[in-house]
Amino acid sequence: MQPIERVEGRAIPFGRKNVDTDIIIPAQWLKTISREGLGQGAFESVRAEPGNIFDDPEFARAPILIAGDNFGCGSSREHAAWALIDLGITAVIAPSFSDIFSSNAFKNGILTVVLPQEAVDRLMEVAATDPIHIDLESQTVTTPFQDRFTFEIDPFRKTCLMQGLDEIGLTLGKADAISAYEQQVSAQRPWLVPATA
Amino acid sequence: MALAKTLYEKIWDAHVVDQRDDGTAIIFIDRHLVHEVTSPQAFEGLRMAGRKVRRPDLTLAVPDHNVPTTARVDAAGNRLPIADPESRAQLEALERNAPAFGVPYIEATDIRQGIVHVIGPEQGFTLPGCTMVCGDSHTAAHGALGALAFGIGTSEVEHVLATQTLQLKRSKSMEIRVEGDLPPGVSPKDLILHIIGQIGAAGGTGHVVEYRGRVFEQMSVEGRLTIANMSIEAGARAGLIAPDYTTFAYLKGRPMAPKGADWDAAVAYWRTLHTDHGAQFDKSVVIDAADIAPSVTWGTSPEDVVPITGMIPDPESFADASKRAAAQKSLDYMGLSAGTPLTEVPVEHIFIGSCTNSRIEDLRAAAAVLKGRRNAPGIKSALVVPGSGLVKRQAEDEGLDRIFIEAGFEWREPGCSACLGMNPDKVPAGERCASTSNRNFVGRQGPGARTHLVSPAMAAAAAVTGRLSDVRALV
Repeated sequence: MQPIERVEGRAIPFGRKNVDTDIIIPAQWLKTISREGLGQGAFESVRAEPGNIFDDPEFARAPILIAGDNFGCGSSREHAAWALIDLGITAVIAPSFSDIFSSNAFKNGILTVVLPQEAVDRLMEVAATDPIHIDLESQTVTTPFQDRFTFEIDPFRKTCLMQGLDEIGLTLGKADAISAYEQQVSAQRPWLVPATA
Repeated sequence: MALAKTLYEKIWDAHVVDQRDDGTAIIFIDRHLVHEVTSPQAFEGLRMAGRKVRRPDLTLAVPDHNVPTTARVDAAGNRLPIADPESRAQLEALERNAPAFGVPYIEATDIRQGIVHVIGPEQGFTLPGCTMVCGDSHTAAHGALGALAFGIGTSEVEHVLATQTLQLKRSKSMEIRVEGDLPPGVSPKDLILHIIGQIGAAGGTGHVVEYRGRVFEQMSVEGRLTIANMSIEAGARAGLIAPDYTTFAYLKGRPMAPKGADWDAAVAYWRTLHTDHGAQFDKSVVIDAADIAPSVTWGTSPEDVVPITGMIPDPESFADASKRAAAQKSLDYMGLSAGTPLTEVPVEHIFIGSCTNSRIEDLRAAAAVLKGRRNAPGIKSALVVPGSGLVKRQAEDEGLDRIFIEAGFEWREPGCSACLGMNPDKVPAGERCASTSNRNFVGRQGPGARTHLVSPAMAAAAAVTGRLSDVRALV
């Protein structure tokens, strides 16, 4: 995973609430065995609308997306995160995210920034014409107009994102603890976790 | 005296491998279900890093999402190829990956094949108090048996395959307490739709829900699976129902359930799995069961729920400005206008199936309405897709297939089918489906498809009348 310290550039002022992962990437695009190329199918039903914001040349390769409440609800498909990355999006700002999407985003180095609706509304306004700057170290979102919003992020996620850490590698570093747990449970509840040979 | 704990806390505490100061824990995963759509990139990741599957014995793979539901073998018993090259490639990837990594695999032509969330409980792979994951958000279903079960993304699938654990933070706990009994003709599906309508599509976000009240205690495991399954539609990653004698009776004798002395030890342990008196939930919601009528969705979010006796709502009636705009967009997509009685909405397609409603009781409920009746002339397609080969066989033994076929339904092979528009079963653009599935999102059942979520009995009622209908008038 690429380390990420800041995201800056244009932000797509999408604004819609309850954006489900079927909207981000419809099911017909899930028949792939790769992580690549999903940007083609991203927001397909929205892009069918004339004058939609995703096909506006002004926002081509914009690194930030701004949305409403409950972004990424629905299916657990990580293809949604892969599709955003393929579009060039590395941060999403919204008042709330679904739990599964925010985890998938994190594992793919996409920063999810939770801000109150009023802040999101203000950023939507700015995004129409100007860039936005997200700084992970200081946990702030700023605009060229002196707006400054701070956001919360889980400290573990922050470290992983800033250092580009491989989570599986980190967990495998605890292999002894996992083995000890397995031995303990297989002694107490062998019908649940059998002892390994 | 030990601290009073919720069921969620008990299961969580029993699975902590390592706890960090920042609150993140390594949680052991007892059961991992794998299917063809969200696993190829995970196996590829293992291969690239030279890693193996840590506990193939705690893993079970089965194809369900994109396998066609038409016949899988020809008259001579030879397996028929999948026409769509991408679906075929994805299935073949699982067929290669499972044996290559030593993971037990139920193939598409096996009688035990079916939707992951149907076969988990059916095989006794799902057990009370276990932690269970799958690369599918409807993994929440298994919480019906008191398992802490939730959907994960592909990176997490890879993480579980490699380590049999996940790095997680404890969620908040939420109690949904239902008071009283369901009125006659009102099913578990109506109840869960009603709950989602009340608390909203993000009402459970950040929480693990526990469903409590007499109504759940009296419900079958099949009904509980329908309830827990849709927890995710209210934003809750997992939903729990405390295991009880109904659960134990359901599991006893299942192929992968404990046997003999192990069974007795397991039941003794499972009996400790309930929320202690005095335990605190972070959030509590009370719902009155007596208020509930058969429920239908009118829009493009599962929170867009009305009773069948109601009308399509007026977007202007919503207080929240963003909800007003969303409601108007939904009505445009759905081709509906405010003020129309639900029972005047015609449907062209019927889908009975999905991990929400494809178990034997669901098929019985629909067949009870269809018996001696025929689909209305306006119905262009009507599919019944049993949740597993074993459900299908049981339904055939009970003669339910004849009732469906005589009414004009197609009797299909098990799979996810028209729930998600990634196999040949789709609803055409602009056409309307009464569906027993779980999501009415834009394009969910195919590009432009219009979905109304209903119970199996309500889907059958819509089939015979050709419009959304109150099943209570037909039974």
